[in-house]
Amino acid sequence: MRMKKIKGIKFGLLSSKEVRKMSASRIITPDTYGEDGFPIERGLVNQHIGVIDPGLRCKTCGGRMGECPGHFGHIDLEAPIIHIGYAKLIYRILAATCRKCGRVLLGEEEKNIFLEKIKKQRERQVDVGDVVKLVLKEAAKCSVCMYCAEPQQRIKYDKPTAYKEIDEEGKERRLMPSDVRERLERIPDEDVFMFGMDPKNARPEWMVLTVLPVPPVTARPSITLESGQRSEDDLTHKLVDIIRINQRFMENRDAGAPQLIIEDLWELLQYHINTYFDNNIAGVPPARHRSGRPLKTISQRLKGKEGRFRGSLSGKRVNFSARTVLSPDPDIDIDEVGVPEAVAKELTITVNVTERNFDVMRETVKRGKTHPGVNYVRRADGRKIKVTESNYETLADELELGWKVERHLVDGDIVLFNRQPSLHRLSIMAHYVLVMPDKTFRLNPAVCPPYNADFDGDEMNMHVLQTEEARAEAKILMAVQRNIISPRFGRPIIGSIHDYITGLFLFTRGEKRFEKEKVLDVLSKIEVNDLGEPAGTFEPSSGMGVGDAAARPIPYWTEKQIFSMLLPKGLNVEFRGKTCANCIERGEECEKEKCLRDAYVKIEDGNLVCGIIDEKALGSFKGIIIARIFRQYGEEVTKTFIKNVSRLAINYIKQVGFSFGISDEDIPEEGKEQIREEAVHEAEKKVEELIRAYEGGELEALPGRALEETLELLIMQELAHARDDSGDIAERYLGIENPGVLMAKSGARGSLLNLTQMAACVGQQSVRGERIKRGYLGRTLPHFKPGDRSSDAHGFVRASFKDGLSPMEYFFHAIGGREALVDTAVRTSQSGYFQRRLINALQDLEVKNDGTVRETRGTVVQFKYGDDGVDPSKSDSGKFVDIDEVIREAMKAEI
Amino acid sequence: MKKGKDSILEHELVPKHEIAGEEEVAELLDTYKIRKEQLSKIKLSDPVIKEIKAEVDDVVRITRRSEIAGKLLSYRLVIE
Ligand SMILES: [Mg+2]
Ligand SMILES: [Zn+2]
Ligand SMILES: [Zn+2]
Ligand SMILES: [Zn+2]
Repeated sequence: MRMKKIKGIKFGLLSSKEVRKMSASRIITPDTYGEDGFPIERGLVNQHIGVIDPGLRCKTCGGRMGECPGHFGHIDLEAPIIHIGYAKLIYRILAATCRKCGRVLLGEEEKNIFLEKIKKQRERQVDVGDVVKLVLKEAAKCSVCMYCAEPQQRIKYDKPTAYKEIDEEGKERRLMPSDVRERLERIPDEDVFMFGMDPKNARPEWMVLTVLPVPPVTARPSITLESGQRSEDDLTHKLVDIIRINQRFMENRDAGAPQLIIEDLWELLQYHINTYFDNNIAGVPPARHRSGRPLKTISQRLKGKEGRFRGSLSGKRVNFSARTVLSPDPDIDIDEVGVPEAVAKELTITVNVTERNFDVMRETVKRGKTHPGVNYVRRADGRKIKVTESNYETLADELELGWKVERHLVDGDIVLFNRQPSLHRLSIMAHYVLVMPDKTFRLNPAVCPPYNADFDGDEMNMHVLQTEEARAEAKILMAVQRNIISPRFGRPIIGSIHDYITGLFLFTRGEKRFEKEKVLDVLSKIEVNDLGEPAGTFEPSSGMGVGDAAARPIPYWTEKQIFSMLLPKGLNVEFRGKTCANCIERGEECEKEKCLRDAYVKIEDGNLVCGIIDEKALGSFKGIIIARIFRQYGEEVTKTFIKNVSRLAINYIKQVGFSFGISDEDIPEEGKEQIREEAVHEAEKKVEELIRAYEGGELEALPGRALEETLELLIMQELAHARDDSGDIAERYLGIENPGVLMAKSGARGSLLNLTQMAACVGQQSVRGERIKRGYLGRTLPHFKPGDRSSDAHGFVRASFKDGLSPMEYFFHAIGGREALVDTAVRTSQSGYFQRRLINALQDLEVKNDGTVRETRGTVVQFKYGDDGVDPSKSDSGKFVDIDEVIREAMKAEI
Repeated sequence: MKKGKDSILEHELVPKHEIAGEEEVAELLDTYKIRKEQLSKIKLSDPVIKEIKAEVDDVVRITRRSEIAGKLLSYRLVIE
């Protein structure tokens, strides 16, 4: 066959002539298969319009099943039928044209202006829809034709497919589809242009069907059930209905049946053809299958998420993919993924057998289907042979250059790893395979943030790349270490989380002395070649004799020294850590190195001089140290650093142990007393005073607020205060050594608010930012008097989660909690749809080499990408450079 | 402009619009190797275009204050 090139795509309507021309068969019987089991001539499944039975040949093209693409047939309709897809447009056109001469009801001059406009917009490739809309609107206003002086009548559109004409006396007359078609036929070609149509491709009357195209059987194949019974496609069912009614219409008309019966049948035919196109029309009962299931007709096949466009063309199911549950493995690298052996044995990579890999490939084939083996080989002549228990040895012997081998996945293969919803580009990254036992994918927890993954049952997908080009691209663009800096905010998105942060926090906090064995222990699985000079020595403990070898002073290293061993030489960073008490913000001087809390982190030439390492230093989303290392030393160094730091954290936290349990929320009785008296009771008293002042008319309204609003506001403030105060008291009693406080302060997990609610006081529950006031008339629950404004009548929960809530408190908490639940549910669906629309609008924009953003026609959308030409994933928090840092470095160099 | 009504150009949310000179346009088109039609468009009926009395085929220079880039220039072609 000659290769043909697509020159263009034209959209238009099918004329009756065209439908007949492209039809391979006129279909007249609603039957499908005869008693002999063969398709019936001129039936809906006849052999001229395609074959779906093995062994039969197409009578149009001679092809067998699978070769013949199918051919359209047609049904001659006994009466014209409105095409449901154009019903609205037909109405508008009827209203805009003369009922007698068919001309568009606008003056010549006006017409020319519009035509000119349409022509111009066409040239500029701009949609003409708005001009057409204006034409139809303006023309519909005319009451007497300016060409033939015919007075016009109002047209009424009865959904879905009926039109009526109303005369001056208000009498209605039904316009049958045949009338409609006749009218549309009268519209002259030159006026058709005014509807944005080209009469060569689309005449208005073609919107009224006189012949119905029948899709090839290949587009609506029947399936054979186990019982041997045939089950036809929904479209075939619908076409059967259409042919039946069409036939009955003809018989009745030819027999001279009364007009009423004819019209009923006409209406029925219209219904069947309407539902054939779209079985989901508002106000029309959907056509149903015998079982009561609504039929899936043409529109349903195309529309929506599972439709042809979104479901089959834009998104497809793919081969070479795997999906399973995710579990953590801190011992693998951040750019690795643990793949179960079962998966590695199923997914393959095709390798060309060459001189250079011949021996290796022969060994691989020789292993047959046992793990690093093969599933298929493809001989030089293209024949594909399945590797089995019985043939793998012969295949290995026969192996020749030029063969292709589909080998199992092995360690070091590159694959794509993905977790839905794929909201940003980091949802799909390239990992290196590590084949492992058991049945889950293994992931380094440091890579959880970009995927937004956790291990409570999350599943992820893996895709095996099949070409060298794809593998190269994945390696260069999609590797995990390439994506440490997020393109969203220009800061690391991969970094320490949870226990890693706790571990490092505990490790770098306070002054510790590690003797050599301890140092090596905490540095196990980390490549450090030189411990450097010890920080000092300490005397061995007593009990050992003088002169004893063991009694010599023991050298020790400090925690800051050990941490520094992981830092690259030449690194300089200074920042205030998370534990800083906001000295500068409170107007005080930052003590820097002398900070009593050791909150000021200073790294000089790769040495941690001072400071406690926390979330701000190494965590995902902040990670100041990680960001700096990435910019200064690149991906590989950063990757190694993250790995080392993770291992250090784990080594240390495993040594000292760390746990958090319900008893860690306990506060001594005196603390509880203090919370009750000093915080809660005090606030409740103040609230009572406020209410008394309000009722006594002594309360003064705040500017811009009503008196009642003022009261509510002040009460809310007072009660929020109560919770904060009780939180402070609780914190004092829990102390910094409390694991909960430790996690909150280091940024590992949770907040002080979480702790407050668990240990001290849950606080005010709210709906839409106000105290809870819904429920009964004038009160929230029948337990209260109407008009009660007190704190406990409006959802103040004084208990802590640990102590437990009273029934009323519990109920208020449920009210407030429900709002949060509904909010998140609504937000996710809304933002999902919003993102879809945004992607649809932006997907064709491209940053060109000159830095401009352009769309497909080359139109400039932005002269400089993002106005500053900065790629956020290569930026410093979205900025091109950190000016302050540059100046600091320069100043240092000068001194 | 009607009496007693301030020009919309004075409003703080309306960026500065000016008709670009022939030379400037030529340079712009040459810098980016584009045709006039490849610029973003603005309608003649746009209030700001009426205000500065630009005509079809004119190129308008728009100066915006940008949080990211400070001063930001962009150009639009006036169309019908
Ligand atoms: Mg989960
Ligand atoms: Zn065929
Ligand atoms: Zn007329
Ligand atoms: Zn400080």
